[in-house]
Amino acid sequence: MQATFFHETHRATEAAADAVERRLRISRRDFLQFCSGVAATLGLPAGAEAAIAKAVEAAKRPSVIWLHFQECTGCSESLLRAEHPTLEKLILDVISLDYHETLMVAAGHQAEKARKDAMAANKGKYVLVVEGAIPTKDKGIYCKIGGQTAVDLVKECAADAAAVIAIGSCASWGGMPSTDPNPTGASSVGEVLGKPVVTIPGCPPNPYNFLATVVHFLTFGKLPAVDKLGRPLFAYGRLVHEHCERRAHFDAGRFAMEFGDEGHRKGYCLYKLGCKGPETYANCPTIGFGDAGEGNWPVGCGHPCIGCTEKGVGFAKPIHAVAKMLNVVPPLQYARIVEEQGRGATFASAAALAAVAGAAAGAAAMLTRNLGMSHKAEELEKAQDKADKSKAEV
Amino acid sequence: MTTHSAPAPVGGPLLNKVTFIAGVLVALMAAILLYRFIFGLGAVTDLNDGYPWGIWIVVDVMIGSALACGGFSVAMLVYIFNRGEYHPLVRPALLASLLGYTLAGAGVIFDLGRWWNVWNMYWPGSVNLNSVMFEVAICITAYIVVMWIEFSPVVLEKFGLKDLKRKLNKYLFFLVALGTLLPMMHQSSLGTLWVVLGQQVHPLWQTPVVPLLFLLTAIIMGYAVVLFESCLASAAYRRGIEMKLLTPLAKVMLGVVAAYVAVRLGDVIVRGVIGRSFQLSLEGLMFWIEMACFVAPFLIIGTENQRRNPARLFVAGILLILGGSFLRLNGFLIGYDTGAGFRYFPALPELLVTLGMFATEVLIYILVTRRFPVLPREGAAH
Repeated sequence: MQATFFHETHRATEAAADAVERRLRISRRDFLQFCSGVAATLGLPAGAEAAIAKAVEAAKRPSVIWLHFQECTGCSESLLRAEHPTLEKLILDVISLDYHETLMVAAGHQAEKARKDAMAANKGKYVLVVEGAIPTKDKGIYCKIGGQTAVDLVKECAADAAAVIAIGSCASWGGMPSTDPNPTGASSVGEVLGKPVVTIPGCPPNPYNFLATVVHFLTFGKLPAVDKLGRPLFAYGRLVHEHCERRAHFDAGRFAMEFGDEGHRKGYCLYKLGCKGPETYANCPTIGFGDAGEGNWPVGCGHPCIGCTEKGVGFAKPIHAVAKMLNVVPPLQYARIVEEQGRGATFASAAALAAVAGAAAGAAAMLTRNLGMSHKAEELEKAQDKADKSKAEV
Repeated sequence: MTTHSAPAPVGGPLLNKVTFIAGVLVALMAAILLYRFIFGLGAVTDLNDGYPWGIWIVVDVMIGSALACGGFSVAMLVYIFNRGEYHPLVRPALLASLLGYTLAGAGVIFDLGRWWNVWNMYWPGSVNLNSVMFEVAICITAYIVVMWIEFSPVVLEKFGLKDLKRKLNKYLFFLVALGTLLPMMHQSSLGTLWVVLGQQVHPLWQTPVVPLLFLLTAIIMGYAVVLFESCLASAAYRRGIEMKLLTPLAKVMLGVVAAYVAVRLGDVIVRGVIGRSFQLSLEGLMFWIEMACFVAPFLIIGTENQRRNPARLFVAGILLILGGSFLRLNGFLIGYDTGAGFRYFPALPELLVTLGMFATEVLIYILVTRRFPVLPREGAAH
């Protein structure tokens, strides 16, 4: 059974790969690597890459409307600037990006028309992706596109969307634009729509987390399981601290104390430099950034995690403030991180010891003198007695 | 018993200059200990992972219990070697030992990081039969109990419980025997700790014969303390000194010292580490200071005539007490090295607690000798 299953799986994967190879003009090897990578990112069991390959191969590309508000376009950049040569091709193949302000060729009213057309043609089936926070103060006048406020746009586009995905920290929880004093009233997509949406926070988020979410939707017809903040559990289910490659240094009490010191150069734990890994949920340590291999993420490069995926941590806490331990509060019985090696003699203790020793020596000397004197007196007395006796005898 | 005049209370006021100062020191110690038990060892001591034992263990327990060997040393002389003439020295020596050991036992509790677990030491299900520390703990505890029973006739006499005292006297020989055996066991075991500590102890002190060294010095310090206390008590209470007893006792003591010096030097030479003592180091210097304390008494009380002078006995007693104390200090703290960076010097609160311990002993000694029949009746020894 097992063997047949694998054989079937393998054959299906092969067939799908052949089709995509022709269509995208990428090697079969690259395509299969992509499918396996996405399956692994999603934490799916072996065999899922076949389903993914099949879904991608079928090319029922969902229409995607991508809105930009208060943001830096870093999320889009991270998707497009990935080193992996086929990533952008695959993204554009997996989805039909019908509206994206910074990528589309169309401009002005033409662009807005494209959005309306796509929404009408794919009513109830398109995916809405929102990048950037939405200003809500003063009736939302701080961000307008084609005369429409961001609030209006988001509500209009979300009404008929099959799924809404907030990409980046700004859209997910307000991000950098929402930091105090938040002059524009920057809010998340969920807050504006008044309902939870899938969020892919991060500044920028890892492109694979977004892609895997979309592929999951494509393959299984629904969005992946999320936590109470709408973050897919496959990517945000664990604290950075729990699967950080430097965790062993934390447990052993080896810390970089300042940038460039010995511990920092040796790759010790960055907790004392303010790493927010202990209170930040993200899979950065396991998948890294930029397709550049292992260790290519902030902590891997020697900078503490700033907690960009967490509301109230990223852009809120000072970068070098020490993180709160969310789930590992070491009991008092654990060995101290700083090993005390003793203060040595202090003025007070040395003086006290000297005083006691001096007093004891003085007292002993006095007592010895007195004992000696009384002994001498006694001896004299005895001698006197003897002399008296002998005198008396005489 | 009948050949000796019965001991009697010294009498006199309980509150005087000495008891007042001692009382203040005891109160100070109590306050520091309360703080220590609430906020932990780190709050009051300079202890660290390199020096987990400070003066509370080395001075209060190691040196304190060795100083408290007077009772055992004199009892051994009187009952084992049947030298009944020393009997008047037994009770005062026993009282000092009793106090010294009880306080040493308390000192161990002060030093326990998690003192509330101490009951495990006596709970059959929790004991570790392979531990040197267990042997020491049980042995010291047993000895403290034995000494209290040994000393109980004094209390029974005071309150006129003659019947009970007569019954107890029938079995006292067994307790006296036990009271001689137990300290021999644990005083040598305290030395065995150096064997366990291994190379962290400087080679001048880390030797397989260290249990014998500890036992011999404990006996020596016991006799030395009897000399010291007799001189001190006679000076403080303005009484005559029992020179008839102390002079021959000093000779016995010198015999043990000679044996010790032979074993000590022989061991250092046979192990080939005598050269280390000539290196310019604190350890080398301390070794010779320690040896000088044991050799100098031969020059001070070497002749019979010298031993008749209480001033000389007093100085020799002090030197031997210092010698035994240096032996323990050197091995446990000065010649003890657990790696670069670690250092230890007793913090002020630590010193005050140790001072308070000695003050407690002095205070109780004065209170008991003034009210209970411990010291020989004045004039009886002459």
